[in-house]
Amino acid sequence: MATGGGEQNGGGDSASNYVSHHLTHLQVGEGFWTWNIDTLLVSTVLGVIMCGVMYLGARKATAGVPGFLQNVVESLVDFIDNLVKESFPGPSKFVPPFALTIFVWTFLWNCMDLIPVDWLPAAASMAGLEYMRVVPSADMNATFAISISVFFLIIIYSIAGKGLGGYAKEWLSHPFGWYLLPFNLIINFVELMAKPVSLSLRLFGNLYAGELIFILIALLPWGVQFIPGFAWAVFHILVVTLQAFIITVLSVVYLSMAYESHDDEH
Amino acid sequence: MGINATIIGQTITFAVFVLFTMKFVWPPIKQAMNERAKKIEDGLAAAERGEASLAEASQASDDALKDARTQAQDILAGANRQANDIVEKAKTEARTEADRIIAAANEEIDASMQRAKAELRKEVSAIALAGAQKVLAREVDASAHDDLLKQLATEI
Repeated sequence: MATGGGEQNGGGDSASNYVSHHLTHLQVGEGFWTWNIDTLLVSTVLGVIMCGVMYLGARKATAGVPGFLQNVVESLVDFIDNLVKESFPGPSKFVPPFALTIFVWTFLWNCMDLIPVDWLPAAASMAGLEYMRVVPSADMNATFAISISVFFLIIIYSIAGKGLGGYAKEWLSHPFGWYLLPFNLIINFVELMAKPVSLSLRLFGNLYAGELIFILIALLPWGVQFIPGFAWAVFHILVVTLQAFIITVLSVVYLSMAYESHDDEH
Repeated sequence: MGINATIIGQTITFAVFVLFTMKFVWPPIKQAMNERAKKIEDGLAAAERGEASLAEASQASDDALKDARTQAQDILAGANRQANDIVEKAKTEARTEADRIIAAANEEIDASMQRAKAELRKEVSAIALAGAQKVLAREVDASAHDDLLKQLATEI
């Protein structure tokens, strides 16, 4: 699904320029205080679309025969609700909408990968913006924003579910028992850190790789691009949905693991 | 690549969207779905109740029909019996009446016959007496043979 422009079909130099151009963010600021404008813009626009559509579906929600939009939103809500109900034992006021937001938002992010790689950057350059990366999931900042939220919620739900004392006890005595307390601390620390890192890097890695492949396919001669382009796009439909699903499920599972007590395991 | 301030912006955006979903999307949809589930549940229960009451009503109507049929048969049988009774009574009455009329007629006939006989007897005795007077005008004294003649008259 990539349209190669003319100038990048030449030698290795222009090819690497093309690739690196496509992998550079539209940025302002210096050092840490650099802002990836493209990621922020695209993800916010997608989020506003998401909220707008879901709000339109929910605004006139009726118990009678639902309209098309309400039907769509209801399917999503039902899907997420079942998912959360199956694994999360705690109060259901916050976690289901949280999971719904993660699912729909990351799904829309990933879908940006299916838009031909040159379209939006070309449109942006016409508007005078030199760089434009349109897949927010291929930006670590976006995926880490979600996983760090999950990280803090893990701590909050651990305390909410087990109490401060229970959570502290789990840190100190789980999984090896009181005698190996230092090891417990190390293990628990690693476990706690591994969750958000794996959560965000999984999404980031899949979509970054997907984007890169599309860019490489765009380097092929224009006559044969559509063959690998089509194949990769079809495969990517699966990846787009699957990765959105995985990050949602894992977030819910992490929160339910945090909420549940592990005392009965030993 | 690399982590920078974007993550802060993304986190804030994320929080806003989550709060929006939690406030304006999830509750109305969930409420509508729950209400619909309730509605469907009620509808199914009502359908079940309706079915039960239909069965009950059809049972009742069957019973009523059966009762009505039995009653009709009873009434019919009663009417037949009564009609037979009436006919029988009428027949009996007619027969009695006929017998009475016949008896009266017979009596009348007997009486007339007796009267006629008596008259005839009187007339015959008178004629016989007259004849005898004429035959025996000379030899027989009416007064002397009166007893004899009277005896004759009674014998006739």
